Amino acid sequence: MQEILLSLQHISKDFGEGPVLSDVSLEVARGEFVTLLGASGCGKTTTLRIISGLETADEGRVILSGQDMTDLPPEKRPVNTVFQSYALFPHMNVEKNVAYGLKVRGEDKATIKARVKEMLELVQMSDYARRMPAQLSGGQRQRIAIARALALQPQLLLLDEPLGALDLQLRRQMQVELKRLQKKLGITFIYITHDQEEAVNMSDRICVMRGGRFEQIGTPEEIYDQPMTRYVAQFIGRSTIFTGKVKSVNGNAAVIEDENGSFTVDASRARLTVGETCEVCVRTERMRASGTPVDGFSLPGTVREARYAGGSVETFVLMAGGAEAVATGEERMADAAKPGDTVYLYWNPAQAAVIGGASHGA
Amino acid sequence: MAHKKALHPLKAKEARRNALFTVPMACLAVLLVALPLVYVLGMALTTADGQLTLDNFKGILRADYLLVFANSMKLAFYTTVISLLIGYPFGYFMARSGRRWKALLMLLVIIPFWTSALVRIYGWKILLQGNGPINTVLKSLGIIEKNIKFLGSYGSVLLAMVYCLISMMILPCHSAVDKMDFTLVEAARDLGSAPWRAFLDVTLPLTMPGILAGCVLVFVPSVGIFYLADIMGGGLVLVGNLIRDQLLKVRDWHMGSAMSMVLIVLTAGIYLVYRRAGGDDLGVF
Repeated sequence: MQEILLSLQHISKDFGEGPVLSDVSLEVARGEFVTLLGASGCGKTTTLRIISGLETADEGRVILSGQDMTDLPPEKRPVNTVFQSYALFPHMNVEKNVAYGLKVRGEDKATIKARVKEMLELVQMSDYARRMPAQLSGGQRQRIAIARALALQPQLLLLDEPLGALDLQLRRQMQVELKRLQKKLGITFIYITHDQEEAVNMSDRICVMRGGRFEQIGTPEEIYDQPMTRYVAQFIGRSTIFTGKVKSVNGNAAVIEDENGSFTVDASRARLTVGETCEVCVRTERMRASGTPVDGFSLPGTVREARYAGGSVETFVLMAGGAEAVATGEERMADAAKPGDTVYLYWNPAQAAVIGGASHGA
Repeated sequence: MAHKKALHPLKAKEARRNALFTVPMACLAVLLVALPLVYVLGMALTTADGQLTLDNFKGILRADYLLVFANSMKLAFYTTVISLLIGYPFGYFMARSGRRWKALLMLLVIIPFWTSALVRIYGWKILLQGNGPINTVLKSLGIIEKNIKFLGSYGSVLLAMVYCLISMMILPCHSAVDKMDFTLVEAARDLGSAPWRAFLDVTLPLTMPGILAGCVLVFVPSVGIFYLADIMGGGLVLVGNLIRDQLLKVRDWHMGSAMSMVLIVLTAGIYLVYRRAGGDDLGVF
């Protein structure tokens, strides 16, 4: 068992317009990269502010390294934040921004100088020490904000959508850099984003938030492969969700029937019983379309459109129940099904997830 | 002329439209500000029979006149400092409070503008007089035995000055605080600053333009105002009194003009120093 660095215990918060957080709990191990993922207004920023001390929880406790931080003001917490808007001090140059925390802490000049130099090297901004924040690009400001927060060697770094304002290419590049930085320094990161791809790429664990609650906490793989709720299944990745009744269970294979037809899933984790209603999530890239029926599946549909998606072809299929499913194939465009063709959907049963299945089985 | 660089049609149109507004304003400014100023300068530099002279300015270099100038500057300085000490916190809390409070406080700042300062100062005079409400209340509470003579004191003059000019301090301070991004204060707190330290390191420097603007807006009129001191009594003689007396009592318009010029140059000097220090333009230039 890894050492628990941060423990949020039954945190609730209400700003007077309904609960923003309701009874959320989370444990973060030292050195871990945990992402709070959710749509705007789900309470992720509030969670972060409660950890940093900029907001106080109505109920619950914040424990850091075994020490109760709940009632400490932000300046007394060994936690630093990279703000969404960067919040660089506009009247101080880069160097002074990075030095600020050290100066407040009362470090001597030589120490501050060395540390600032080290931090600017770390984020590759040594040449910009004398620039004012207004003279920097968004990406450069981002680096300075990170350097400033890391200068104090916090036990925990909080990042509030740090890449939100950057364009896609820079964003990808910064994702890689941030992840490397985190590994190199071994600092625990709690990272906020509403971008599921970013969360999946960077995190050790993802905490999907919705309406002030934690919908699911798990590794990116768990979140992707075994969504606990329909919301998580829809929020992360593209998928088709089937709602049907279990017709038969034969060993690990369960046959499920819905308005589109019937199909097979792997029931080893979900432990389904005949007659039970369940939801099944099939990822777009794992859904296949075949010109001939496939054993165990009876999901006929009409092709509406086939689209080249770079390396693969996506086929949009109108199913018997009226819903649309997207299948992925690796054939060339010329070989793909044409609009109006009848196709049969299928997948590898082990790769479809019964929503909430993991908790069923446990 | 034929080679004059042609403006883009849209730009030219915009320029014409701008001229439509600026030309009349410029004419007004010349008529109402520049011409009288030139006239005053002319008066200051001439004798009664139209001879050019510097005697009027030399005449100001008298110990008693210089003392009056010094007194005016001193009063203006105190007025500015007190206005700042009260006006900045007021503007700060106004900017930081909720919408309702903000509206209420703003109303409190603006309402006094609805009546003449003169009328309001007479109101203060009634409040402060020998057997006025303040003395009566203090006596009935047993805090004092004899009436306090508020009127005529330096304090009462300062009170009137601050009262009349403090909104000039509150408004720019309020707007500076209002414009500030308080995430910066959170960042300072996050980096280890206690609230007071975050204020000194972040809020104060970032709202300094508002403070400076407020100081100029209070100081400059403070130097010239004299009727408040007259109403509150106490026989304080200020530059304004001096100029008025020259113009209306001694009827030496040339001397009075010279004094006015000195006052104008002094206040313009303050404004220039302020601009040099990077101050906002206050909509003046």
